[in-house]
Amino acid sequence: MPVLYASLLTLFLILIPGIGIGLFNMKALFGIVVLYGAFLIFISGVIYRVIIWAKSPVPFSIPTVCGQAKSLPWIRQNKIESPHTSWGVIKRMLLEVLFFRSLLRNEKGRLKTGGRLLFYRNLLLWFGGVLFHWSLFIIIIRHLRLFLEPVPSFVEFIYGLDGLFELFTPPLLITDLLILLGIIYLFFRRLFDPQTRYISISTDYFPLMLIFAIVITGLLIRHVQKVDIMGIKAFLIGLFSFNPSLPKESNTIFYIHLFLVATLLSYLPFSKLIHMAGVFFSPTRNLKNSSRMERHINPWDYPVLVHTYEEWEDEFRAAMKDVGLPVEKEN
Amino acid sequence: MVYDKGKVITGLVVFLIILLSPLWYNALSGKVEPSLKLSMPKEEKSCIEERMFMRSNHMDLLIKWRDDAVRKGIRTYKGLDGKVYRISLTGTCLSCHIDKAGFCDRCHGYSGVKTPKCWDCHNIPKEEGSKV
Ligand code: HEC
Ligand code: HEC
Ligand code: HEC
Repeated sequence: MPVLYASLLTLFLILIPGIGIGLFNMKALFGIVVLYGAFLIFISGVIYRVIIWAKSPVPFSIPTVCGQAKSLPWIRQNKIESPHTSWGVIKRMLLEVLFFRSLLRNEKGRLKTGGRLLFYRNLLLWFGGVLFHWSLFIIIIRHLRLFLEPVPSFVEFIYGLDGLFELFTPPLLITDLLILLGIIYLFFRRLFDPQTRYISISTDYFPLMLIFAIVITGLLIRHVQKVDIMGIKAFLIGLFSFNPSLPKESNTIFYIHLFLVATLLSYLPFSKLIHMAGVFFSPTRNLKNSSRMERHINPWDYPVLVHTYEEWEDEFRAAMKDVGLPVEKEN
Repeated sequence: MVYDKGKVITGLVVFLIILLSPLWYNALSGKVEPSLKLSMPKEEKSCIEERMFMRSNHMDLLIKWRDDAVRKGIRTYKGLDGKVYRISLTGTCLSCHIDKAGFCDRCHGYSGVKTPKCWDCHNIPKEEGSKV
């Protein structure tokens, strides 16, 4: 069912520009208004989410570490896993953001014959995640050639590297294939792994399908229904210099590609995809493991009226002695 | 109250700078032309196929030409309005588009396309040391 909802939604999103451009040729709407709108929603949405996070107090020191904390000098500290300095946290964070280090710990228990429970390290999820995220990153960098004039040399370099195989003209780009592989794995993992499937809802499938559709339309306009790159670049640069002109392109698939990207941008801040910013705000990752060296004061603390046992005994000492209850101080 | 104000604002500023790179990069470089000027042939009026087709599909045409010429031995191509062209990268394309640097290369540079390797072997008119 969740898969059905997600695919219907994706189909619907493809149909909107499909009909809008294909039948009614609404280029001003899909080429300009929608894109500006999506961009605005994206920027303000991310800022909004970030400010909400920044406003939430983190009362306790709760890094989830799985390594020896800084302790006595002769006990070796696990500096990456359990850092006690800011620099250490930065290193741990970078490794997490760039290489998804915590996924390397993905282990799965399986009951063997004879009732033995064995734990296996399952690196597939890590591998699929790396394939997907790194390909996406490289694809985004590559797209800069359509926005920046003159094209920076590192973009040209990455574009060249990506097309190293020189298969077809224009060359097939390796990351296009890798990202498809990544998405397909991540999608079928949700479908075929019973536990993951049980906790997956339509908003887990939808982003995968949306990005899948974006990749497919992108491949189509690169290799099948080719578009006029020069015209598109002029149009995009126009958008970014607040001097928009109607795109001349008449290829409907190009507008579907644009519209799906616009959907992704405006959906991102309000969905699970905001983990892009959220990872930096996870107290389980961005805190130092220094709870034995520093005092962490709960920002919500307020002076509480306390009545200690000593005070209580002072108050009732006479009465307690009368009925023979033991007291700590005699007077 | 916002915690870690300095770090959060730094993060957001970095995010915006990266996101809006087309805005400041193009403004700083000052290389953006309102409409890209390619050096177009002056005498001729039309290309081998329609203009928009040429823009987006000339690489396919060239590959088809190469396959026709080298693999099938076909040396002519019927283009727009039934006009017949001799199949030759240097001899035909560049006979009209004389200024390769101002036409092919200019557009490829703008589009961020890696300059095709064709010219490792194929001749560029008015250049010495040509091979094919
Ligand atoms: C390794 C050297 C080499 C490279 C690189 C090369 N070609 Fe060729 N090409 C040849 C040779 C040799 C012929 C055969 C010439 C003949 O039979 O007249 C040829 C013939 C052709 C022809 C038909 C005949 C003619 O004179 O134009 C076309 C079209 C063509 N190549 C296009 C291309 C394109 C487009 C590229 C770049 C993507 C390219 N070639 C790269 C060597 C090369
Ligand atoms: C008969 C001369 C002639 C030949 C031969 C010729 N072209 Fe053209 N080409 C033109 C003209 C003229 C235009 C402009 C078309 C117009 O304005 O409608 C043009 C336009 C183009 C464009 C689009 C440029 C733009 O900015 O719109 C491309 C790309 C192109 N030619 C590539 C090629 C290639 C590749 C070949 C060889 C396969 C070739 N041409 C052969 C005359 C020629
Ligand atoms: C209007 C802009 C434009 C002009 C003019 C132009 N090209 Fe291209 N050309 C492109 C684009 C865009 C691509 C590739 C699309 C991509 O990689 O995204 C391309 C790709 C090619 C390729 C295939 C490259 C590869 O790596 O497979 C060849 C070959 C080629 N062009 C030859 C020529 C020749 C020869 C001329 C001059 C006669 C020419 N082009 C003029 C825009 C242009």
